[in-house]
Amino acid sequence: MSPTNSTASPAPEADLTQRRLLQSVVEIAKGMYGAAAVSVFLVDPATGELVFEAVAGEGEGMLPGTRFPSGTGIAGWVAMSGQPLIADDLASTPLFAQDAAESTGYVPRSIMAAPVIVDGDCIGVLEVLDRDTIQRGDLVDMDSVGMLATEVASVLQLLLRVRWSERENQAAPQSPGLEALRRVAQRLPGAPQSVQATVVKLLTMADELLEGGGTAAA
Amino acid sequence: MSSVTELPPWRRPPRGHFPGVPAWGLPAAVLPEAFEVCPVGPVTPHWAWGGADGAAIRVCVLDSGVEASHPLVGEVEAALDVVPASDEDGAPLVIVPGEPVDLAGHGTACASVIRSIAPAAAITSVRVLTNGKHGSGAALLAGLRWAIDEGFDVINMSLSTAKEKFRDELRELADRAYFRRSVLVAAAHNMPVHSYPWPFASVISVACHDGTDPMTYYYNPAPPVDFFARGVRVPVAWRGGKEIRSTGNSFAAPHIAGISALVLSKHPMLAPFQLKSVLMQAAGNVAMPDGGAHVTD
Repeated sequence: MSPTNSTASPAPEADLTQRRLLQSVVEIAKGMYGAAAVSVFLVDPATGELVFEAVAGEGEGMLPGTRFPSGTGIAGWVAMSGQPLIADDLASTPLFAQDAAESTGYVPRSIMAAPVIVDGDCIGVLEVLDRDTIQRGDLVDMDSVGMLATEVASVLQLLLRVRWSERENQAAPQSPGLEALRRVAQRLPGAPQSVQATVVKLLTMADELLEGGGTAAA
Repeated sequence: MSSVTELPPWRRPPRGHFPGVPAWGLPAAVLPEAFEVCPVGPVTPHWAWGGADGAAIRVCVLDSGVEASHPLVGEVEAALDVVPASDEDGAPLVIVPGEPVDLAGHGTACASVIRSIAPAAAITSVRVLTNGKHGSGAALLAGLRWAIDEGFDVINMSLSTAKEKFRDELRELADRAYFRRSVLVAAAHNMPVHSYPWPFASVISVACHDGTDPMTYYYNPAPPVDFFARGVRVPVAWRGGKEIRSTGNSFAAPHIAGISALVLSKHPMLAPFQLKSVLMQAAGNVAMPDGGAHVTD
């Protein structure tokens, strides 16, 4: 298992709220399970690789953006089977310990993970490292991690929607008119009321002009 | 190649003229065709699987592959892969011989549970999960169709698809398996999502209990889950010949697949509806320790 660190362009500012929401989910999960770390991976649809999207706890400073080959590790099991799982006694398994240490710098004793499913596709994995089991049982944890993964699915869906829309905007040819419209839309709410009324009138006239196929006399 | 009449009635090709003549009825003047029957007497766990080891039963593991060299798995009868017939987009999926390897380890873990319960059963691996994405539902369908046509006695599916578009076809395949006496044992999905085929009436669906005895399982009277089997901290095979403990419905299903193999090796003529009934009557919350069953008047 050899991770690579993505050098892709940083996430656009537009998805900040969604990223904060996702980060708060993993922070809460970390507290709820008394875990060493909680992370969310996104499956890269092009390569099948798992990419760290949000991390709370061990590795939170360095892991986001790191990629893992498809189908490996417990997260790979989960992404493939579509089922939540818990794996215990991992630190005593030399091969696993070596893999984990090389890839994340941390060797967990136990991993709990659940698939993040949107429209029937597994688009990510929620993973909890070294949870405590105080006053809870494995079955209760399995149920709750499944529910949490369902919540993460909604958040990831919002996040991806923003990113796709940003990418589409970046890919679309920009005309001076569209750029002006974008600036107008940004400034309009902050303008004095009288100015707003004038701008709306002008925009309405522009709309009517376009509705006539742009053939109206000037 | 056997002629059609040499095949048991449940393995013959479907009639080509339906609906139409001859109709499905049986005239009183014609005696029904003779066939072997397994009488189901007072069912106890001992009657069901006492002394059985799964011999002569063929189990198919539809999963990520099986690492045959693993000491907890041993030899596999065959290892096959579901792959596209060509590199072209939309190429049909075909089943081809493959290596008995498993880069992920999930199928190996399931096979090790079946082996631990039914050591003499023959295990075949069909790899339908081949990358980090949730296994393509199309590969799952292709692998399942092949396994049913091959006539495996038990097919273990510790996986499901949440794609609605595959639901109807999967239901038809599950019915086909049921009529052909291939028992589908499927892990219930432990999440609030709809997935298939485990909720179908024609399959045996399994979730987990947190006990430690591999042979203890419970009947669930509230559908769609049929049985609860051991699924918490189960010792399972891990990559590289190692062993870990793992929890999930994925590991409960192969317990019931293994127990089904035991029952069928002792009573080969059980039809799937009889097997489910036997499993119910021998379940830990139904069977009495001295034989018979809990009965409420």
